[in-house]
Amino acid sequence: MSLSPEQVIKIANLARIAIDTQAIPRYAENLSDILAFVEQMNRVDTSGILPMAHPLEAVARCRTDEVTETDHREQFQCIAPQVEAGLYLVPKVIE
Amino acid sequence: MHTQSIPQISAALQQGQLSSVELTQHYLNRIERYNPQLNAFITVTDELALAQAQAADKYLKNGTAGPLTGIPFAHKDIFCTQGLLTSCASKMLANFIAPYNATIVEKCQVAGLVILGKTNMDEFAMGSSNETSYYGPVKNPWDLQAVPGGSSGGSASAVSARLTPGATGTDTGGSIRQPSALCGITGLKPTYGLVSRYGMIAFASSLDQGGPMAHSAEEVAWLLNAIAGFDPRDSTSLEREPVDYSAQLNNNLQGLKIGLPKEYFGEGLDPAVDTLIQTALQELEQAGAELHSIELPNTPLAVPIYYIIASAECSSNLSRYDGVRYGYRCEEPQDLMDLYQRSRGEGFGAEVKRRIMIGTYALSAGYYDAYYLKAQQIRRLISNDFAQAFQKVDIIAGPTSPTPAFNLGEKFNDPVKMYLSDVYTIPVNLAGLPALSLPVGLIQQRPVGLQLIGNYFGEPKLLNVAHQYQQRTHWHQLTPTHF
Amino acid sequence: MNWETVIGLEVHAQLATKSKLFSGASTAYGAPPNTQACLIDLGLPGVLPVLNAEAVRMACQFGLAIQATVPARSVFARKNYFYPDLPKGYQISQYELPIVQGGQLKIEIDTLEKTIGITRAHLEEDAGKSLHEDFHGLSGIDLNRAGTPLLEIVSEPDLRSAKEAVAYLKKLHSLVRYLNICDGNLQEGSFRCDANVSIRPLGTTTLGTRTELKNLNSFRFIERAINFEVERQIALLENGQKIQQETRLYDAEKNETRPMRSKEEANDYRYFPDPDLLPLVISPQFLTQLIPTLPELPDAKRDRFMRDYELSSYDANVLTQSRELADYFEEVVSTVPGEPKLCANWVMGDLSALLNKHHLDITQSKVTAQQLAKLLKRILDNTISGKIAKQLFEAMWNQEGEPDALIEKQGLQQVTDEGAIDKIIDQVIQQNPKQLADYRSGKEKLFGFFVGQVMKLSQGKANPAQVNELLKQKLSG
Repeated sequence: MSLSPEQVIKIANLARIAIDTQAIPRYAENLSDILAFVEQMNRVDTSGILPMAHPLEAVARCRTDEVTETDHREQFQCIAPQVEAGLYLVPKVIE
Repeated sequence: MHTQSIPQISAALQQGQLSSVELTQHYLNRIERYNPQLNAFITVTDELALAQAQAADKYLKNGTAGPLTGIPFAHKDIFCTQGLLTSCASKMLANFIAPYNATIVEKCQVAGLVILGKTNMDEFAMGSSNETSYYGPVKNPWDLQAVPGGSSGGSASAVSARLTPGATGTDTGGSIRQPSALCGITGLKPTYGLVSRYGMIAFASSLDQGGPMAHSAEEVAWLLNAIAGFDPRDSTSLEREPVDYSAQLNNNLQGLKIGLPKEYFGEGLDPAVDTLIQTALQELEQAGAELHSIELPNTPLAVPIYYIIASAECSSNLSRYDGVRYGYRCEEPQDLMDLYQRSRGEGFGAEVKRRIMIGTYALSAGYYDAYYLKAQQIRRLISNDFAQAFQKVDIIAGPTSPTPAFNLGEKFNDPVKMYLSDVYTIPVNLAGLPALSLPVGLIQQRPVGLQLIGNYFGEPKLLNVAHQYQQRTHWHQLTPTHF
Repeated sequence: MNWETVIGLEVHAQLATKSKLFSGASTAYGAPPNTQACLIDLGLPGVLPVLNAEAVRMACQFGLAIQATVPARSVFARKNYFYPDLPKGYQISQYELPIVQGGQLKIEIDTLEKTIGITRAHLEEDAGKSLHEDFHGLSGIDLNRAGTPLLEIVSEPDLRSAKEAVAYLKKLHSLVRYLNICDGNLQEGSFRCDANVSIRPLGTTTLGTRTELKNLNSFRFIERAINFEVERQIALLENGQKIQQETRLYDAEKNETRPMRSKEEANDYRYFPDPDLLPLVISPQFLTQLIPTLPELPDAKRDRFMRDYELSSYDANVLTQSRELADYFEEVVSTVPGEPKLCANWVMGDLSALLNKHHLDITQSKVTAQQLAKLLKRILDNTISGKIAKQLFEAMWNQEGEPDALIEKQGLQQVTDEGAIDKIIDQVIQQNPKQLADYRSGKEKLFGFFVGQVMKLSQGKANPAQVNELLKQKLSG
């Protein structure tokens, strides 16, 4: 499996990662190498095998519906890049 | 005093032969002196350490101290520490002062451990050489040309050079065990779910597990007592009766069945490493253990599927770094897309970006079944291999890493080659099993680690075997020459 | 060509829990921005989700109420996309294995009953809000709503008109309110709807290209938006153009839909099981124990009203639209036994008219069920006439007092004394000799005129039945 520069651009876009145009061939090569390495998986017949999403066969544990959190806006927003009037600011969101 | 073990220091503190402040100052001095060579710490918390040491001395005096009270300690910079930089060794979080403590950090505080600082690591724990850190590579104290291993390279290097008696690490595919092996210390990756992941910055959630690193199994057991346990804030944390992990250290090994997977001793294993592992196994045999050959036939598939599963999870886990609420934001974003793309493009290093992209690809429409689902199916096969093996043997042993520490830069530009250095450690994470690495010798002054793999919740057994080995050998007591 | 409209609806019902789906932050509406967004809601590094048991219980109740399957095992998955109101860069939702699978809801259209399939309902967390007021050309993000539990209810494409869509939504709205799992407030966004709309030539079975309509925040807008969209699609196809599969926003002011500019490109959500959450296992015992906790549901209540109170299907439907209205009605009926139709007329008539006029719901009624019942009793025991009762009801609404006290105070007791009524009738006859003559010469329609005059003179207090009887006697001479 080898990735084309176009595919690399598409993936980078999906992942919201800016990459330099010059770096694209390098990424294509690296990612293709990794995918080629991963191809070994196809040697194994896995039909009928239940996927294992989790190491232990444990099940969800729920919490009771209680409000346990208090307002820490000031504390949380002092590490934010840009805030105003209690809001996080970002470039204009267009709908 | 830095050559003493945690139980020895603890006794000295309890008996008042030593104060925590003296001890802490001693370690801070060592850090000041040696860290510039090693780059093992990202942050040194002098003032906080001394304040905590003073408080510890009070508890020691008034008799309310626990066994770990006043003992200096370090946290991998992946654990959130309230009010302190928690960078995950990434430019993305180079300005991130965590507003809360990880459960493991809280537990260490409760146990009275004194925090010396935050240790260097591979960026977001992605790496096997500690070369991907935004703060520069960590050096191996045994040989400054060599890598310390990764991703918990800073913790391993600091413990090895005796800049701290112990440290936390995290292990997603070998990140505690491999650097422990390469730096000649003892490190344990617990059973998945034994140590809370709350506040531990996620790399691959279904594989990540925090654990202790120190010189000896006995110290690791003491530290595990402090950090293990159920946490309601982590849905994957396991509710179990508390266990004293040092209780079984002195059991004898008579009749213990050790399985040696033939896949761990084949092609790719450095013969010199093989020799040291065989010597160590003989030592265990002499202590009463029986050696059995076993098979873990799907082992060769572990690394490929790991890079699908871990990358897929990381691609999603790292989506939160978007320059909106905390962390790095690019200069003057033109629009929303630009904000995301440049903040992430500039904030993440090359290896992190590679993995995010692989994971994004593996989960994307049309590829999910071929990559992610297939990998999860093979994951079950790997887990089944272990389950079958543990029907025959009590623990599994083999090398932690196929080679001793390699040189800085040696594998940095070849991701696949780098990934293969984790071939013996990765299967354990996929199955969620506990495993430990302990030092069993040196090759040209570079340490070699023996890996012991236990069944689920088999930590007491692993620590027992490692401790019995360490009662008969001195490898864990060595200090690198220049430190 | 004749076209058939095909509509499927996705409803996001905000579950009425105290805390969020995966954190202990409050879900209360209207707090200052970001004061109810905790570490977990903000997606800080290292935080982990822990599932709210109450949200699970509510979803199960809903599943039981629509006769769906609540599978033993359901799984939370991550839906990955970037948006400023989505702090983690993914939404925790359910994908392949939702908590509710395959149910149904009955709607009634022009007295015909139709069953609408519900494909699934799944638990997911809500996103925050982007505020577009101008912050020097920037948008502000409020994450108070982020992490609020939603039940996304997806219908089959079984709906064939905007009218059916609205009937389905009203029924669903009523159901979640009956179950007390959602406050149903459309304005505050607790009950939101997206509509998938397509058309196809009547008689064909393949689905046409659909568009997804968003921003439908009232039943009226939903109907208008769908109607607009159907017309738009028909016009396109009849002009030989194609329909784009896209998301469109409804603009209520212009009454039109227009394509959304964002979120469109590369809709590749990369769903995968959330590794931070383990499979949710629901035991048959849990469900069994839940069944008795379900309230009587709208359909059952309607059937009972028709059976026990002999109400028409229309009346029963109206009275069971909300649990509170039905309860109110039943409280009136229980105090005024044997007169369900009278009670129904009053609840659906005068009471509803005043509630509508003042934009209030039944829980905010100024007249309690007990007060209304007392009033009705006075009609039944002939203390007052129906007409006086209407006046009294207004007075009660205006908090002027209890019915009996008002009757006493204003002297509104019905006149049932035959002598007194006689006197009034005599007076009327005397004052209208011409009408009397006409009546007697055969213009019997004038009877009504005489009744009116008598009632007027008695200020509405004369007992109408008695007036009729006595008047007949006297007029016939």
